[in-house]
Amino acid sequence: MNIEEIKDLKLKANEVRRLSIEMIYRAKSGHPGGSLSAAEILVTLYFKILRVDPKNPEWPDRDRFILSKGHASAAYYSVLAMKGYFPMDELKNFRKINSMLQGHPTIHIPGVDMTTGSLGQGFSTSLGMALAGKIDNKDYRVFTLLGDGELDEGIVWEAAMSAVHNKLDNLIAIIDRNMYQLDGNTEKILSLGNVAKKFEIFGWEVREIDGHSIPEIYISIMELMNKNGKPKAIIAKTVKGKGVSFMENTHEFHGKAPNKEEYEKAMKELEEERMKILSD
Amino acid sequence: MEKESQREYYGKALQELGQDKRIVVLDADLSSSTHTIMFAKLYPERFFNMGIQEQNEMGVAAGLARNGKIVFASTFAVFATGRAYDIIRQSIAYTNLSVKIVATHGGITVGEDGATHQALEDIGIMSGLPNMRVIVPADAPETKRVIKNIAYIDGPFYVRLSREKVPTILNDYDFELGKGIVLKEGDDITIISTGIVLSIVLDAYEKLRELNINASILHMPSIKPIDRDLILKYSRKTGKVITVEEHNIYNGLGSRVSEIIAEDGYGKIKRIGINDTFGESGPGMELLNKYGINSENIVENAKNLLKL
Repeated sequence: MNIEEIKDLKLKANEVRRLSIEMIYRAKSGHPGGSLSAAEILVTLYFKILRVDPKNPEWPDRDRFILSKGHASAAYYSVLAMKGYFPMDELKNFRKINSMLQGHPTIHIPGVDMTTGSLGQGFSTSLGMALAGKIDNKDYRVFTLLGDGELDEGIVWEAAMSAVHNKLDNLIAIIDRNMYQLDGNTEKILSLGNVAKKFEIFGWEVREIDGHSIPEIYISIMELMNKNGKPKAIIAKTVKGKGVSFMENTHEFHGKAPNKEEYEKAMKELEEERMKILSD
Repeated sequence: MEKESQREYYGKALQELGQDKRIVVLDADLSSSTHTIMFAKLYPERFFNMGIQEQNEMGVAAGLARNGKIVFASTFAVFATGRAYDIIRQSIAYTNLSVKIVATHGGITVGEDGATHQALEDIGIMSGLPNMRVIVPADAPETKRVIKNIAYIDGPFYVRLSREKVPTILNDYDFELGKGIVLKEGDDITIISTGIVLSIVLDAYEKLRELNINASILHMPSIKPIDRDLILKYSRKTGKVITVEEHNIYNGLGSRVSEIIAEDGYGKIKRIGINDTFGESGPGMELLNKYGINSENIVENAKNLLKL
């Protein structure tokens, strides 16, 4: 990964943030906090790692991606549009009546591998996709992105056991560890403790990284591409609301749209960030 | 009448389907009860025992189906529909994926295990989901035909099977999705049932004949979609209808038939089933009797409707 590539992906992450804020502002609803925290993860996956073909979204040998934290749909749809699955213009209809882009992802949208929104389920269905790959001797890989609050769900730990038992080494789960869920800090609502150790004890191969560092995201995934019989988990430490000062490290913008003043301030900050990346 | 096991015929059907490499079977630590173990013995590479994880079982089933597999996911009815409901709703029904949930131990005839294991509301739970089709076979041969048929109809299904061995009645009838079966023609009253209570209904038919009451007997294996035309044809013909099911009278066959007749505006109906109560332990057939699902009660209700 060279410097130009990293710069390009940083700009793309910035674009995802600007698009997400705009979509949520226009829709007057959505989830800014967890969309902003996942921007680097999503662009690194879609523009550097995933073997996919936007012209042929159902290509049987494609890598799969499941946004288990389905509420980060604004960021996800932004990346899919940027990748060319559907026109950028479509983003304007996010959450609107008669639109394709539903509040949470559905498989009716080109590029979406699984309908998600009820937490934990995307993780479980990603096991089914990895299992199908094993049955068919395909070498596609299955990536899934979970929120940390999502780990409260019981099905997550059912799936965590099951993935190990079924030796799904073609499954890579990334956990967006932004420390906040709807009602507050994850450790205050239902303490998760040491997430990496929990997955390790279940039998996963685990990496802990800075989830805003594009090289770290890329390198950790590359390191985990081995076929050692173990499913892989990446605990990506992130900042909730990353890139917009008043949305950072708070649960307040988990599921709330910015008002006009907040929107303008957010866009200004993100534009400043863009200029900074360009001048670096 | 010879008695045979629906569960065993389910296992046989899976064995016959197994040559198709798209067929994958999941179970939640009940494979020797549901008889999915019969598939596991022949096709271990496409059978997965998920452990006691009904939620993850349904999630994995959805993921497999999204990748072109025809998935049969089994456990007991009470766990399949209750414990895994949200996963079925979001990841199977909303997505319209080909997951065939075949649940055994439906109804009160589960018997000795008691109320915790007796699903009396499962038909209602599953019928409320868009895209979901709900099938309740009456006997073992019909079960096998249902399984082999729905394997090749796209989208999700819920099939409810019984624990008890049940009399074989429908050896010579085909299963067609959305179609009811006419077993007897009579002009006085129509009795409609679903599932294994069919033999009880046929007993009642004979008892009614002794009283000079001629009943039409319809079996509805397909609760959703339901055979509206057939129901209306017979409710208009006889004007009086009794439904019989091993399920809460709310949200099951009786409710569906009542809705159809009420919208039509002609005919009287009486529902026989479990009257919004939980079950209890005891031999399955004795429980049916205790809760009023017996031929004597059907005859009494017929006489009341006919004002005899």
